[in-house]
Amino acid sequence: MIYMDEKYTTHETDVLIIGAGGAGMRAAISAFDHGSTVTVLSKSLLGKAHTVMAEGGIAAAMANVDSKDSWEVHFADTIEEGVYISNYRMAEILAKEAPDRVRELEEYGALFDRTPDGRIMQRAFGAHTYRRLCHVGDRTGLEIIRTLEDQLLHRGIIFFDEFYVTKLLKEGQRVIGAMGLKLNTGEFHVFNSKAVIIATGGCGRIYKVTSNSWESTGDGLGLAYDAGAELMDMEMIQFHPTGMVYPPGVKGLLVTEGVRGEGGILLNAQGERFMKRYSPKKMELDARDVVARANYAEIMAGRGSPHGGVYLDITHKGPDYIKRKLPSMYKQFMDFAGVDITKEKMEVAPTVHYQMGGIRVDPETTATNVEGLFAAGEVASGLHGANRLGGNSLADILVFGKRSGEGASSFARQASFGKINGSEVEAEIGRVQSFIRDSAINPYDVADKLAETMSTNVGIIRDEKGLKDALAVLQKLREQSLLAGVSGGLKYNKGLLQCLELPFMLTVAEAIVRGAIERKESRGAHARSDYPKKDPAMKKNIIFRREGDKMNLEWRSVPEMPEHLRKLVKEEEY
Amino acid sequence: MEKVTVSVFRRDPEVDSEGRFVDYEIPVEEGMVVLDAVKYIERHVDPTLSIRWNCMAGKCGSCSAEINNRPSLMCKTRIDSIKGGKIKVSPMAAYPLIKDLVTDVSENWELLRKIPPFTPREGIDKPWRISQVDIERSKEFKKCIECFLCQDVCHVIREHHSGYFGPRHIVKAASLDMHPLDSLDRSEFLNKDAGMGYCNITKCCTEVCPEEIRITDNAIIPEKERVANISYDPLAMLIRSLKKGRREK
Repeated sequence: MIYMDEKYTTHETDVLIIGAGGAGMRAAISAFDHGSTVTVLSKSLLGKAHTVMAEGGIAAAMANVDSKDSWEVHFADTIEEGVYISNYRMAEILAKEAPDRVRELEEYGALFDRTPDGRIMQRAFGAHTYRRLCHVGDRTGLEIIRTLEDQLLHRGIIFFDEFYVTKLLKEGQRVIGAMGLKLNTGEFHVFNSKAVIIATGGCGRIYKVTSNSWESTGDGLGLAYDAGAELMDMEMIQFHPTGMVYPPGVKGLLVTEGVRGEGGILLNAQGERFMKRYSPKKMELDARDVVARANYAEIMAGRGSPHGGVYLDITHKGPDYIKRKLPSMYKQFMDFAGVDITKEKMEVAPTVHYQMGGIRVDPETTATNVEGLFAAGEVASGLHGANRLGGNSLADILVFGKRSGEGASSFARQASFGKINGSEVEAEIGRVQSFIRDSAINPYDVADKLAETMSTNVGIIRDEKGLKDALAVLQKLREQSLLAGVSGGLKYNKGLLQCLELPFMLTVAEAIVRGAIERKESRGAHARSDYPKKDPAMKKNIIFRREGDKMNLEWRSVPEMPEHLRKLVKEEEY
Repeated sequence: MEKVTVSVFRRDPEVDSEGRFVDYEIPVEEGMVVLDAVKYIERHVDPTLSIRWNCMAGKCGSCSAEINNRPSLMCKTRIDSIKGGKIKVSPMAAYPLIKDLVTDVSENWELLRKIPPFTPREGIDKPWRISQVDIERSKEFKKCIECFLCQDVCHVIREHHSGYFGPRHIVKAASLDMHPLDSLDRSEFLNKDAGMGYCNITKCCTEVCPEEIRITDNAIIPEKERVANISYDPLAMLIRSLKKGRREK
């Protein structure tokens, strides 16, 4: 049903999904197939979400290549590399259900690379015990997006693309919808829905050097936090070991772990294969946090390349193999850097890649602590703990995307529509419009300062002083963000959008910094130079919750694993 | 610092009856692409300039525009690759203008909806066994990032309202037709409903494809040949009628 008002249009839908990457689209399909009416909102054009950037593959213990693989080993790898603060039940669900989600994707029309006997091919990846990543060359994410987009379109699921959600709407303690701006028309829309799923991905754009798309500004985290949802593990930011360093315009752009999976080696300026000093057993294929810190240490020690990276070399595999297995890497280096990776070494350095933390969810249904609100994909937390394994995020978006759609759909079935408060809607429209003004602070300057601060002070190695300095800068930027503004109108005004994104970006940054100050140890992706060791007392999660205008932090125990799962996992060592 | 002049098309159709080109002086950085230049304008000169971009890496297909009249991805066109140094950036002409460099490409979702979806043959044993050689052809088409530059360059779409779906959509249909386990043949649909007959294989689409998909040779011509075979080959007609009969049971 659609109601038109002078200022905005109201729509009704059982399940509203914010975000149209892999998790959002997979959720839309399952909610629709469970009989709900579904509306999907996408910040970018349909099919452009950050998932298209995923390269390496989907981790699923199908045992097509290594027959010893099983869900139990995948589970143990996930818990151990998450440094024991993952939610065990999420890891168990992921390990058990990922193979079915991959086969289902194949039945939707995705075409994976094959083994010689015609099964789905699986490649090696960092810290996975067995060859486990189902892949489509180095374009796995694109295949997922296109396949799900097809399913969405042919089901006739309603979507609004280039739509930016500015606020979740509540009635009492329950979320009853959302509202926002259609960027390509400048119109406001309100969605009255029984359940809302947040699937907005990560927040890499709060950093200067990142592999993330333009749209990854942590919007969903801010929306949920403002609505009272608990965030968790926010200090855990993954630095991917290999991002491009040159030319400047593509600094941070991902160089897939698949390069190392296919045999690529890391060298310093002296030609030394330095990983043998950092990780003699697993070498280049150790977990991402280990390899990223090794690359960083080599660069800091003055053994870096001319543009401030280390070398990644795959030339020994020969041109045919490289072009077949890593076609888009070949093209990426050729097009942007003028480097032929079949003949020359690549220059790479760590880049902000993924957020392990996010909205705390129930493993079975992905429900948050706020009634009517669900979350799936990178924006949710729990599965990856302190460090994510490569390939587990594509498994995550499919497995928990589906569960989220079902969870929200079941919730919607027993819920009724809430009553939207018209004056709240009008006030929010007023807030959005107020950013269109003359002689205001340039929002891009605020965003640039934020990104610089995060990269300098809240990077791969952190310390108390740097973090506290960052916190002070964030407070100033918060004040400036309120004075930001742009000229022009509501239609396709990216400067206005930047004004609207800033509060969310600052909330996310504040949570990361406060969490990083609070966690006085080094665990997984979170490394402190002033607390270089892991501390058994901190084998816990940090929960972030809004109370008034204050961010409250609370330590909470990791759910205890039942005996049959505990015996699958190596004891944690200190 | 070295500078370059970039001439950018500006128009809000709701306000301006006509568009105009505005010159901007941009400081040049090493390895700079056209997207960096227009982003510089947006950030430092005129934030009301509307541009669409997302991944900055040639993987999402958002930043399609015409650079010196050639349909291109702004993120993959290096400033130093443009001969003569004159850089003119305008929106894709085949699509309705939203504002400045941003166009409305939404009709493509409607067209994609009309293409019969992947329909696997019935009764195949699971898990599916497929050989690597059989997926290569379809894989080429699946590289498509939906930038719609092939649609933009197509003179049939630009100049005639013929109902032709355009190269992107033939590629989509071909990727499904050449899926080793798909049971449909979309060539007749392409001919009758998607206006494929209007394509006179000038290969402009192939030339602008940033993914280097050989659209004309590998997708359009084989689909056209299928139509010819099915429609005019008596043996194919017989096989088709038998197949149909079998399916109806």
